[in-house]
Amino acid sequence: MSAAFRLFRHDLKLQLRQGSDLIAPVAFFVLATLLVPLGVGPEPNLLTRLAPGMIWVTALLATLLALDRLFQRDFEDGTLDLLALSPMPLEMTVLTKVAAHWVTTGLPLLMAAPVLGLMLRLDPATYVTMEVSLLLGTPVLSMIGAFGAAVTLGARRGGALLALLVLPLYVPILIFATSAIGAAGEGLSARPHLLLLASFFVAGLVLVPFAAAAALRNALE
Amino acid sequence: MTTARIPLLHRYANPAVFGRLASQVLPWTTGAAILLLALGLYFALFSSPPDYQQGNSVRIMYVHVPAAIMSEVVYGMMAAAAAAGIIWKHALADLFVKAAAPLGAAFTFICLVAGSLWGKPMWGAWWVWDARLTSELILFFLYLGYLALVDAFDDPQRGLKAGAILVLVGVVDLPIIKFSVDWWNTLHQPASLMTMAGPKVDPSMLLPLILMIGGFTAFFITVVMLRLESELLARRIRAWRTAAGDE
Repeated sequence: MSAAFRLFRHDLKLQLRQGSDLIAPVAFFVLATLLVPLGVGPEPNLLTRLAPGMIWVTALLATLLALDRLFQRDFEDGTLDLLALSPMPLEMTVLTKVAAHWVTTGLPLLMAAPVLGLMLRLDPATYVTMEVSLLLGTPVLSMIGAFGAAVTLGARRGGALLALLVLPLYVPILIFATSAIGAAGEGLSARPHLLLLASFFVAGLVLVPFAAAAALRNALE
Repeated sequence: MTTARIPLLHRYANPAVFGRLASQVLPWTTGAAILLLALGLYFALFSSPPDYQQGNSVRIMYVHVPAAIMSEVVYGMMAAAAAAGIIWKHALADLFVKAAAPLGAAFTFICLVAGSLWGKPMWGAWWVWDARLTSELILFFLYLGYLALVDAFDDPQRGLKAGAILVLVGVVDLPIIKFSVDWWNTLHQPASLMTMAGPKVDPSMLLPLILMIGGFTAFFITVVMLRLESELLARRIRAWRTAAGDE
């Protein structure tokens, strides 16, 4: 366990030293979302309706940005071989990488989202639901993304391929997250949608490490 | 080597044994595919009544439904083969996944296009965002993702393995497609063929439908065997080239 924690700190430190890695996803998230009012016009009612979907769609795309680097650097310099040989199960390594990825992309998105909500005139009644949906949903995006990064490791044109594999798997998260915000906006209970998101989170936590570790072993063979 | 001692699962992993089996089975499946598709199309297009509500548009169903069934069955078979490849290192299983994938993608595409052509006169829209249509579209992208991934590696064997893992992850979509019409209030109609109370389709329409489903299945078996044989030949040519020092 302490080995996993050390790996987590090591990954985080590497990410923080390269500040651009940390800023790029959030900057993309903010910029891409702010293009929408410029594209469809600043009409407040329209923006209020579009806001949840826009925030979530750009959040999906923003998590893609840092994914292809998740295992690539360690794969190229041989760190991944050592991690695979170490007594810590590869599944645990995957979870550690997922946690580091979420802290450097998901968490900043979570913090930037309310500001974007203000600018997009998000319904004030839905802020809490949006934050909870992001809190439950973005870790799942990191998990699915880690699987995608593992399975494309060593492939040619990995980046575009990764998006093609991962985006269809992101669809359920997007659907239930935005319907949670939609329900909150109509004064209905967002609880069922959020519970489904939570179940994705738990299922991902159990299943993704095995799938991703199997893919990593294939890449390292 | 006697084949009798080898467990059934692994007997057909031997390419030579598979080749013999394929050459015995292929003429029959080819014949069955041609016969069933010809008969099915005749009944579907000429010798079945128009629907009392849908008129002649109902004939699109005789292509749409078999394609939809095949899109799911093929993915299910690919997932089973992928699991067999990972668990037992079955030599032909991974190749089967690769051989079946373009066919599954084609069936899914036909299903979506035929459904869309039917949807325009019936629902008044080429496309609606209901759960059945969306999950089927995701299945199409899963097929495309597999096809892109399997060819993206310099070492073909590694591509097959990565693809097999992806196919197994994507299998979560299958129950969603199947039960989408029960879980959500969809515009797409619920199951009428495989229900607990038996088919709810009139016999005059059931006959062409079953003929077409049989025809699609026989067509799939024929083409997938041909593709498997050519994959095996391609692999042998690669091995010879490597042995001759070409690569």
